[in-house]
Amino acid sequence: MNVADKLVAMVLALAAFAVVIGLILFVVSLLERRGARRVAWFFVGPTVLLLIVGLLYPAGRTVVRSLFDAAGSSFIGIANYTAIFSSPDQLVVLRNTVLWVLVTPFVATIVGLLYAIWVNGARGEAVAKALIFLPMAISFVGASIIWKFVYEYRFYDPDVRVNPEQIGLLNQLLVWLGLQPQQFLLNQPWNNLFLIVVMIWIQAGFAMTILSAAIKAIPMEITEAATLDGVSSTQLFRYVTVPAIRPTLVVVLTTIAIGCLKVFDIVRTMTGGLYGTSVVANEFYTQSFTAGNQGLGAALAVLLFVLVIPIIVYNVRQLRQAEAR
Amino acid sequence: MRKSAGVLAAGAVAALALTACTTGDGETPGGTADATVDEVEVDCADFEQYGDLEGKTITIYAGIVAPEDTPYMTSFEPFEECTGATVDYQADKQFEQQILVRAQAGNTPDIAIVPQPGLLAQLVATGTVQPAPEGVAANVDEFFGDAWKDLGTVDGTFYAAPSGASVKSLVWYSPAQFEENGYEVPETLDDLMALTEQIAADGNNKPWCAGIASGEATGWPLTDWVEDFVLRVGGPEVYDQWVAHEIPFNSEVPTQALDAVGEYLKNPDFVNGGIGDVSTIATTAFQDAGLPIVNGQCSLHRMASFYAANFPEGTDVAEDGDVFAFYLPSEDTSTKPVLGAGEFVVSFADRPEVQALLEFWSTDTWANLKAAASSEETGGGWITANSGLDTDNLVNPIDLLSAEILLDPASEFRFDGSDQMPAAVGTGAFWRESTAWITGQSTEETLSKIEAAWP
Repeated sequence: MNVADKLVAMVLALAAFAVVIGLILFVVSLLERRGARRVAWFFVGPTVLLLIVGLLYPAGRTVVRSLFDAAGSSFIGIANYTAIFSSPDQLVVLRNTVLWVLVTPFVATIVGLLYAIWVNGARGEAVAKALIFLPMAISFVGASIIWKFVYEYRFYDPDVRVNPEQIGLLNQLLVWLGLQPQQFLLNQPWNNLFLIVVMIWIQAGFAMTILSAAIKAIPMEITEAATLDGVSSTQLFRYVTVPAIRPTLVVVLTTIAIGCLKVFDIVRTMTGGLYGTSVVANEFYTQSFTAGNQGLGAALAVLLFVLVIPIIVYNVRQLRQAEAR
Repeated sequence: MRKSAGVLAAGAVAALALTACTTGDGETPGGTADATVDEVEVDCADFEQYGDLEGKTITIYAGIVAPEDTPYMTSFEPFEECTGATVDYQADKQFEQQILVRAQAGNTPDIAIVPQPGLLAQLVATGTVQPAPEGVAANVDEFFGDAWKDLGTVDGTFYAAPSGASVKSLVWYSPAQFEENGYEVPETLDDLMALTEQIAADGNNKPWCAGIASGEATGWPLTDWVEDFVLRVGGPEVYDQWVAHEIPFNSEVPTQALDAVGEYLKNPDFVNGGIGDVSTIATTAFQDAGLPIVNGQCSLHRMASFYAANFPEGTDVAEDGDVFAFYLPSEDTSTKPVLGAGEFVVSFADRPEVQALLEFWSTDTWANLKAAASSEETGGGWITANSGLDTDNLVNPIDLLSAEILLDPASEFRFDGSDQMPAAVGTGAFWRESTAWITGQSTEETLSKIEAAWP
């Protein structure tokens, strides 16, 4: 297809879209007199249909597939799931995922919370907030490439006259301090933490923004009353601020936790899941598309789904509670 | 293993493509009008056998992207002009993942260029691949021989004719540096070790440089090392048994082979010239790994023929130039095992115009057209095992050397083993465990883990 063909196809697609929407609106206008329930179904119906076709059916297929072998031809029961919880390689994957989910949300939230309190009402608040919020605007892949450069390693041997120059910021700092440069992405298990740093760097801004809004929403009377009662700023934080923003804190924590369960781009871009850094979402892709083990890949996808559900349920309930107040 | 640097998609690209939910039909416009292939005479009378294909379109889907795709499109121009058919070439860096998805979904192109026999077998298993037409089989018998025909055969049915090829048993070096220090190109493996020790003893630089990082395909250059040494330690017959899993992956010959590789790559005195210690092999991009040769920071780099394209512009790649390659020697001069790779042309449709293109593709005429187009448009970098290839169409000294090795009757050619193994091993455990091996895992543990991954 050349450019002209593509343009024609695009115009046709837009026209078709307009016709379909016009038709729906026309039928709705006819139905409108017969009661709201019917109209509602007319709008919800296509969505439900698409959800079934695009979400429920593939999800069902994935579950079925996870019970089959690598080629998807013979039924092997739960062997793929036992493999996830017994093979040493897969256990490393699970360990890393747990590490991501435990470390990232708390560190990112604490950093975001402290920063929000620190800049609250200070001069230049908007600029200070924009600075920490900026990484949110970068894609995960972009952020990973940036940090890959930060971690970049060149060897340094004081006995050799001509040393390659460090091009990684972190290793250059180490060399300036008189230390040996490190292979941050290679040395296990610490390399996982250096990957997690990227996620924290991105998510701290998100946590800060949401929490800052929640802090500003605490009624003035409460903080004033507490101050009149003579509490210290630590006590104010402990007994007033945190309880007041608790629902928001939970939402932030759970949202970041879900993001960490699904983390794929960062691991894939920075290490490809090698050197003991793979996580469930990355391993699912590797098994399905590189190693050709579709059964195990599907089982990992199902596991991911199962792990995310309780957090999402909790997240939604907290959101509702927060809104109900 | 992939054939060329261009085919190798970086992890970043993979992730980008995934997040953007593209199906990745990176299209490229047809060949440029002024690109003519003067050296090869084309007579439309030769194309009459294919009949009048006016108005017919044949779609090709491949992982060979710009700039290497242009010579492909040029090589089909005479066919298009003489028969009236249109060849629609689509390149996609995510080819290897996408072609399987497309085959399973029933959304296949007419023709695909598949770089691995293992992937060919997976495609055949989807039931969408057409057996090769008789004319193609006859051409392959005439120009390629049984070894190549077997690679395109699955369960006794011949499906795919070979197209391009590459030679992997090469060691890159600097002729200038060799002359300056009085080093000789080694004739046997013992010579190679003696040369390595001599370079290390001279102390100007570490003898070898190596790097195996390649995004999600990290580890493949190391599997090539292992394959080359299985061929040399055990001989071609044992190699075939090893590839077919008739002997265990952790049996005696593979163990000796991996240890032999370790004598070079895991020895801190021998690696990693200009880059760092042994572990840097894991994190150095294979494209960068051989470059220290140019600066005199290392002397030897084992890598396939296509590596020529990685040297900086202005580097003289020639027998008496800045860099060149020699055949990775065998135990003694009486045998000449050659490790290589290649692409295969697979069809998913049996329409007459598709069969016509397949037949043309498997001829010596096409091979020479393609070689001439590559020489003209990308400075070479393409050879084939087609015995009808006229080496006058090659301009690149490395292409000439590779073609000479490939077409030498004494050579015992063996195809890249990991490309033939099931994906769980070939693109899974073998890559991953080799990477773990270079960062410290023992030979025994590495091989038994790969053995355990065999489906």
